[in-house]
Amino acid sequence: MESVRATAPPYLLDRGTWEQLVARAWSDFPYEVCGLLGRRPDGTLAHFPVDNADRSVTTYSMEPKQLLQAMREIEDEGWELAIYHSHTHTRAYPSETDIRLAAYPEATYLIVTLEDRDHPDIRAFRILDGQVTERAVVVTDEQVA
Amino acid sequence: MPTVRIPSVLRKHTDGATKVAADGATVGEVLRAVATEHPGLAEQLFDGEAVRGFINVYVDDEDIRYVSGLDTPVEGDSEVALMPAVAGGAA
Repeated sequence: MESVRATAPPYLLDRGTWEQLVARAWSDFPYEVCGLLGRRPDGTLAHFPVDNADRSVTTYSMEPKQLLQAMREIEDEGWELAIYHSHTHTRAYPSETDIRLAAYPEATYLIVTLEDRDHPDIRAFRILDGQVTERAVVVTDEQVA
Repeated sequence: MPTVRIPSVLRKHTDGATKVAADGATVGEVLRAVATEHPGLAEQLFDGEAVRGFINVYVDDEDIRYVSGLDTPVEGDSEVALMPAVAGGAA
């Protein structure tokens, strides 16, 4: 197993949400999927699937109206924001495009990879001014409450 | 007066304000008024006369690209929302 040299705190992901994200990544395979997560004050996660307006194998762009509705709820509630998308054929690491277009400095960026079909994986990153810092994903058995 | 919702990445130009009020009859007039009041926003928001392509602009939840662009009319109680696009991908 790859060692994690993360300096940022870990990102807690309950197993149910982990499985939801992987299932969603498969749901439109080979196209990329995307969405938002908001962490409530009690630690549980709210999941907001958003359509990929590109419906592409290699890019995603969140459908603007769904993005507004989801982002507004997360911001108005003051929840911690995570932005996820899938890579269906490459590793779970931000691409040059991901880094260049990262416009939410407060967000954690999750990438779901299906590159190894039998072993999907999710990794988490902060992207600030073009600098990528990994947050170790810690999968918990239950929604943290 | 219409209000403009400022995304987190641009709040350093509005002294941290999440919403600012600005007058105007169209979304273009409102955004120009906001940029005049908060000069740091001007370069972030505009590329010449147009709003930068990666910023989604909504009036009362409608994406202005599907209405009349910067000529989209606003009412006194309208909310103009600015939201950077969320995009990327493996390529």
